[in-house]
Formats: sequence, structure tokens, C-alpha cells
Amino acid sequence: MILARVVGTVVATRKDPRLEGKTLLVLKPVSPDGKDDPGYVVAVDTVGAGYRERVLAVSGSSARMAEGCKDTPVDTAIVGIVDDVRLD
Amino acid sequence: MQLGRVVGCVWSTVKNASLEGYRLLLVQPLAADLRDTGKRLVCTDWTGAGAGETIYWVLGREASIALLPGQPPSDATIVGIVDTVHCAVAKPAKPGRQKAERQ
Repeated sequence: MILARVVGTVVATRKDPRLEGKTLLVLKPVSPDGKDDPGYVVAVDTVGAGYRERVLAVSGSSARMAEGCKDTPVDTAIVGIVDDVRLD
Repeated sequence: MQLGRVVGCVWSTVKNASLEGYRLLLVQPLAADLRDTGKRLVCTDWTGAGAGETIYWVLGREASIALLPGQPPSDATIVGIVDTVHCAVAKPAKPGRQKAERQ
């Protein structure tokens, strides 16, 4: 799983019927100390994350194990909103 | 499976219902000679590993299979704590609570 920050939304009218009603958000991966990592990903939101919030994103076929993503064509899902990260 | 070291933990109150009850730890991937390699990532934990411990973890679909019967949405899971690593090409090193020993 990666840490990421919500930086935008995606609007798509024509899409797979199984994706209807799901929120698509643009994520910017971040490192644990808060610095931006390269690239962006589009993820399905399962927790109601908001703009600029730090979230936990799961990718690959494990994303389909998330509640609400069963049997959907999803390869990245937001599965948590991060309260705090502690580096030991 | 890959080697890693626990470098921190992640708190999340609002999370997917199927992820509830699992510990989330920050892991730094390691090479065979226990040097840091690659980007740190968040793993679910099956072992109860602590800070600074050398562990091994699985990536991909297998990560949620490791947590059967729950099968949470996780793509990286810590499945073992490393006692020692013997590697012919790498310089021998003693894993474990390295940070704690240094202090």
C-alpha cells in the first residue's frame, strides 16, 4: 500500500456499469515524511476522502478485495484516511 | 517474498470496513546484504513485528491471502520476522533491532 494525497477528481460519463456511483480521485503519491513522489494515479474512493487529505491506497488485484469493489474493474482503491504516520 | 525493516507505523481511523483490526506498519525494503533499497511502503502485519525489526513481506494478491480468512484489501503483508540471513554474495550482517542496539 502507498501513502498518497488527494489532488483532484475525475469525471467520466461513459464507463463500465460496475463503476457507476463510485468516486474517482486523482492521487499524488507521497513519501512517509510528506515529500511528493513522481507520478499520479487514479483511484476509486471507498472511504469518502476529501481534497488534500492524506490517504492509503491499495493497488493491483487486492484493490478488488475492498468493501464495495468486489467484482469491479478496479486496480487502485483508497482504503483509508491517514491520521498520523510515526517514523521510529 | 522480500526482506524489509519496520521503520514506523500508520494510524487510520476512517478506513475500509474490511481493513479494520489490522496493524499498518511502514516498511523499508532491504537487499540481501540488509542495505536499504527502494521506496518505503505501508504493509499490513500478520506477525506482530516491532520497530527496527527485520522482516519479510509479500507483495501483490498473495498479501491478502496471507490474512485468510479475512482477505482484507492489502497488497503488502509482513509474513515473517527474520532471525538471521546467510548469503554467500553479501557481507554477513546481524538483523534484528539494529536501531535499538546502536543507541
